[in-house]
Amino acid sequence: MNRVVVTGMGALTPIGNSVSEYWNNAVKGVNGIDYITKFDTSDVKYKFAGELKNVDFTKVIEKGQLRKMDPFTQYALYAADEAVKDSDILGNVDDTRFGVYFGTGVGGFDTFCADHSTLLEKGARRVSPLFIPKMIVNIAAGNIAIKYKAHGVNMSVSTACATGSTAIGEAYRAIKHGYADAIICGGSEATINPLAAAGFGNMKALSTAETRETASIPFDKRRSGFVLGEGGAALILEEYEHAKARGAKIYAEVAGYGSTCDAFHITSPDPDAIYTANAVREAMKDLPAVDADKIYINAHGTSTHLNDLTETMTFKNVFGEDAYKLHISSTKSMTGHMLGAAGAIEAITAINALRTGIVPPTINYVEPDEECDLNYTPNTAVETPIELALSTNLGFGGHNACLAFTAVK
Amino acid sequence: MVFEKIAELIAEKIDMDASEIKAETTLEDLGIDSLDVTEIAMDIESEFDIEFEADASMKTVADIVAAVEKKVG
Repeated sequence: MNRVVVTGMGALTPIGNSVSEYWNNAVKGVNGIDYITKFDTSDVKYKFAGELKNVDFTKVIEKGQLRKMDPFTQYALYAADEAVKDSDILGNVDDTRFGVYFGTGVGGFDTFCADHSTLLEKGARRVSPLFIPKMIVNIAAGNIAIKYKAHGVNMSVSTACATGSTAIGEAYRAIKHGYADAIICGGSEATINPLAAAGFGNMKALSTAETRETASIPFDKRRSGFVLGEGGAALILEEYEHAKARGAKIYAEVAGYGSTCDAFHITSPDPDAIYTANAVREAMKDLPAVDADKIYINAHGTSTHLNDLTETMTFKNVFGEDAYKLHISSTKSMTGHMLGAAGAIEAITAINALRTGIVPPTINYVEPDEECDLNYTPNTAVETPIELALSTNLGFGGHNACLAFTAVK
Repeated sequence: MVFEKIAELIAEKIDMDASEIKAETTLEDLGIDSLDVTEIAMDIESEFDIEFEADASMKTVADIVAAVEKKVG
């Protein structure tokens, strides 16, 4: 089996348009959530989102190409560009052994809405020939491959809110088992639009809080739902010997991956948290024991009642009494829920916590919930040595994914 | 007249200056693929209020202009 390491990272988030800007703001506890500007919310109760700010996509995508891409593809390319440059992988890998595993929860939601309106208002003859190749879920992966001439394994993953983690985990397995030398992997999402919000809102999944400080409040007793975020994040995973031979900068080793399904309900997590716990155990199964106070978990922590409760139970199922020693936080308190991109940005967060020994906080945490009684790193970052960093994500459909990162030894 | 209008539609679609488009300019030179041509054909239908379909024989802007002029009469 090959060892797999991380040699590049890229991020486009509501609190930063690069990994360094994102990380600095995450450590500071910057709130990226504010009133929705992308559509009129006067008739609805959900008022907040984590929108991207001041992004110049022409820095990475030719002007003529922009209109051919849904925002979810633009976000993916933006994040991939930083990761690829960061890794210096171009020209240093056999292009037939260079792959892309990139996911999204939904794909081109804005495109779908716009062309459907055209169909109703102007008829079938006016629907854009670009509709399909802008909207389909796999087109971000396709566009990334075109840009970097990555002719190897290529796949799009969609496991709802677990997408980013699943994409990275499957890329890890592909390199581990020898199907590629390097893979650009991650996820992106662009669903801050009125139809997506109405769907999430009407299932009572979105926060109806009245202030930005109370909108995304994972593990806090007052939590009422998640806040839509958007963006993209990308990692370059590379076979260890390949990375070493070319003198690549190595951020961390991918030390494990767990993937399970609750097979319980379309949107509610299994209340006993058995299979979420199995995903965490699977991710750690080849690792030597690490003291719980040296473990950081970037939790899914969506700020919905059920998710945060289930995750708390998950960590207790896996770690028992030691769960109280874990360092846990939910960066969704700052970014909102980036859906298909969440697992990817949170993997980067876990890796940076491991490298720097800084655990970013769960911000806006005020009222403890007696059922969620672990250490969620409230409000202020904590400096503490971390030997194992985990990132967990749960998706509608019952998908559970957990990634494990360690320093290379 | 038809040429100027079509040059404008193409320029708007691919985000360039219409004055750079000449009759003999090829679609290939403009980096326009078959999906773009179909979109431009839709814009032509709206602009001239005609039914118009682009086909693979149209290689230059002049080819498109000639086909449109036939329809407009």
